[in-house]
Amino acid sequence: MNRLDAQAIEEIAVGAAVLGSGGGGDPYLGKLMALAAIERYGPVLCIDPEELQDDDMVIPLSMIGAPTVVVEKIPSGRESGQAFAMVEKWCGQTAQATMPIEIGGVNSLIPIVVAAERGIPIVDADGMGRAFPEMQMDTFHLAGIRPYPVSLVDEKGNRMLFETEDGLWLEALMRSATVTMGGTATTAGFPVTGAQVKTHAIPKTLTQARQIGRVLLHARRLSRDPVEQLLEVTGGWMLFRGKVVDVKRRTEGGFVKGTARFAGTGEWQGRQWCLHFQNEFLVVEREGIPVATTPDLIAVLDTETGMPFTTERLRYGIRAAVIAMPCHPAWRTEKGLETVGPRYFGYDLDYVPVEQRLEGGRP
Amino acid sequence: MTYRIGIDVGGTNTDAVLLDDRLRLVTKVKVPTTPDVETGICEALHRVIKDSGVPPEHIGYAMLGTTHCTNAIVERKRLNRVGIIRIGLPATTAVPPMTAWPADLKAELSPTVAMVKGGVEYDGRMIAPLDEEAVRAACQKMMEKVDAVAITSVFSPVSREHEERAAAIVAEEMGADVPVSLSHEIGSIGLLERENATIVNAALIMTARTVAEGFRRALEREGIRARLFFGQNDGTLMSVEYAQKYPIRTIACGPTNSIRGAAHLSGCTDGVVIDVGGTTTDVGVLVRGYPRESSVAVEIGGIRTHFRMPDLLSVGIGGGTLVRVENGRVRLGPDSVGYRLVEKGLAFGGDAWTLTDTAVALGVMKGERMPLLDRDRCEQVYRLMVAEVEEALDRMKTQAGPVPVVLVGGGSAMLPEQLAGASEVIRPDHFEVANAVGAGIGQIGGQVDRIYSLADQSRDQALAEAEETARADAVQAGADPSRLQVVEVEEIPLAYLPGNAVRIRVKVAGPFKGCASPF
Repeated sequence: MNRLDAQAIEEIAVGAAVLGSGGGGDPYLGKLMALAAIERYGPVLCIDPEELQDDDMVIPLSMIGAPTVVVEKIPSGRESGQAFAMVEKWCGQTAQATMPIEIGGVNSLIPIVVAAERGIPIVDADGMGRAFPEMQMDTFHLAGIRPYPVSLVDEKGNRMLFETEDGLWLEALMRSATVTMGGTATTAGFPVTGAQVKTHAIPKTLTQARQIGRVLLHARRLSRDPVEQLLEVTGGWMLFRGKVVDVKRRTEGGFVKGTARFAGTGEWQGRQWCLHFQNEFLVVEREGIPVATTPDLIAVLDTETGMPFTTERLRYGIRAAVIAMPCHPAWRTEKGLETVGPRYFGYDLDYVPVEQRLEGGRP
Repeated sequence: MTYRIGIDVGGTNTDAVLLDDRLRLVTKVKVPTTPDVETGICEALHRVIKDSGVPPEHIGYAMLGTTHCTNAIVERKRLNRVGIIRIGLPATTAVPPMTAWPADLKAELSPTVAMVKGGVEYDGRMIAPLDEEAVRAACQKMMEKVDAVAITSVFSPVSREHEERAAAIVAEEMGADVPVSLSHEIGSIGLLERENATIVNAALIMTARTVAEGFRRALEREGIRARLFFGQNDGTLMSVEYAQKYPIRTIACGPTNSIRGAAHLSGCTDGVVIDVGGTTTDVGVLVRGYPRESSVAVEIGGIRTHFRMPDLLSVGIGGGTLVRVENGRVRLGPDSVGYRLVEKGLAFGGDAWTLTDTAVALGVMKGERMPLLDRDRCEQVYRLMVAEVEEALDRMKTQAGPVPVVLVGGGSAMLPEQLAGASEVIRPDHFEVANAVGAGIGQIGGQVDRIYSLADQSRDQALAEAEETARADAVQAGADPSRLQVVEVEEIPLAYLPGNAVRIRVKVAGPFKGCASPF
């Protein structure tokens, strides 16, 4: 058990951006909201899943919508508490804890708002181990847990409660409701038990985000190569260092799809890479040969600071180190790959774990 | 012949150049920057006129790139009291205005804050109608308590209606002479960063007026009746009237001027510019004659804004940087004697050991007298300095191979003829006043950065509308509409939204109205 104070929140925000794999939204706003909450109510307890009782009720909390809208139409601050209370009311039970459903990006920090407000702990775990764009893309879905009820609240005070058949329906219905609400909303639920969190959540991801953040914030002060240090703490692989020479984007069904071409620099000079992205970075190819794919995490880092780039910020001339980090084993199962593998996102590729692809040396 | 004067105020020196109508340098002067800035400007102006022998009535244009606004923020001095109106309730209350501002800066602005209902969604639907009564009430609260007002409305880059209506109410309630800064004219998507930039802009209005008046007086004293322009941080100019409305756009114009000046003087349009001043060395990248822009959120005085700035790497190496030996190891800076180099440096008879003194002792450059320094120690210091500059060059390059490097700034005389990573080291004539040249050669710029929905118009229509807005911005800033050219177009689709909303940014630039020369 540890306390999340202002320092911890700063570190988690940086780490969450790396684990966002280019998506998940800028954690900066989540950081400000979390900082405001703990300034008002005091630090939040962060507990290990093992500290939960099996029959405890845990309600995850997150924001849903377009990152560009979230940074413009900031929440009122009341949504989290309202969304949480709706699920509790439906269940007729008070929650013992909250947790992030998605550690990557802004959603890592949103549950801190409710935890601070209610004086309940946040569980050091999440349902993705990274960021993914759709509601059903979490490890509870893989475990077959029916995702209901889920509440959706906007800043105007509009509230909805969803009892859907499965995660795909939830995604479809919530997405269209969110668009009508103005492109962003806050969602609580579905409730899970302590036992389910222990068995199906990805543990220690807040701690991991915090470690990554500490490395990057510290590395900048010590002027050591931040990327190398990041590989050490994440068990990640360096794919290449290069410069963006071209970025193409197109919008399909509300999602931006694109490709960035990189020319290698330094010891990678003379080679070309393609990075395919939608909301997150999904596939890296070297001259047509895939070297890393979703669900493994791909991060594009500033070569100087180690700070991650989001898909939106990719532009010509950026120099970056592109790294891959192995995803949680749950994603490497048949159902996991069906849900978030390369084919789900429309790439005609088989998934091969990044460490296998890279075995025997660099790509 | 109509001449133009370019002046650039740096941390150490104030430089002035006189250019002819083919943008050739006629005269240059360098005087120490004074604590009040204005005295230095007057002195530089006076000397450049006197030295050139050009009759004052032949000077048609005067361009000033100045650090006044940056200094005001950094030193937290001479700032306006700001009234802040945020339009967007019931949204946005989770993070009120000025969250995460440094406490001392916030206090300096003695802000009066009001958050009112209004604003629009990403697609232009209203979040709530503008609460006009609340805006009026805010005005009553601000009366006599604020010097300027900053208005920010949710999604004003999509619809500016509520900001403009609120500005009209402020004019009715508080008088038309209260300066009002509207966020959609300052920044783009990202409420907090745009609001921060708008508040900073409002806080700088008086500073900008003071500078403009001071500059005008200085010119009058020399008998010059020129049109005045201020340098913007994207390498273009704006009219003095425009600058008083948008003073934030002058922040960081100094390094930009140096990069533009370096390109003009050397003829090199793509490469790296190393600008060595008295306190720092700025390394920037030249892309087609303009500075490469930074892709990260920019901090001004500890406040996060998403203001477009040149992509620079600053290292603490300058002509006035102090050299120390501690436990047998040499240490460079980070402190500098700055503009007092000419009184404090050993080479000028003072008692401070600076990098300039080191270079003089090694015979790399000349000084008034030879400092008595140990040669081995000086060589050690010099190697350390060159290594730091070479590292900065390496970090800014966009390719592994060597690139052309242009050295500018008064302190660059310290640097050697060869640098690791440089295909050639160009030291153009007049390198020491490249910043003033950059100010003098500037064209008028205009830009737009807004969200367009492609649901009810084509991409081409949206692009045309954006270009039209950018052109109008440039014309307002003083440009000749018939000679404007598009410098840059960028479009970014927005994720997770239906209806193909797209963010379009267009930048245009061209000669100013009435300018006879083709530049």
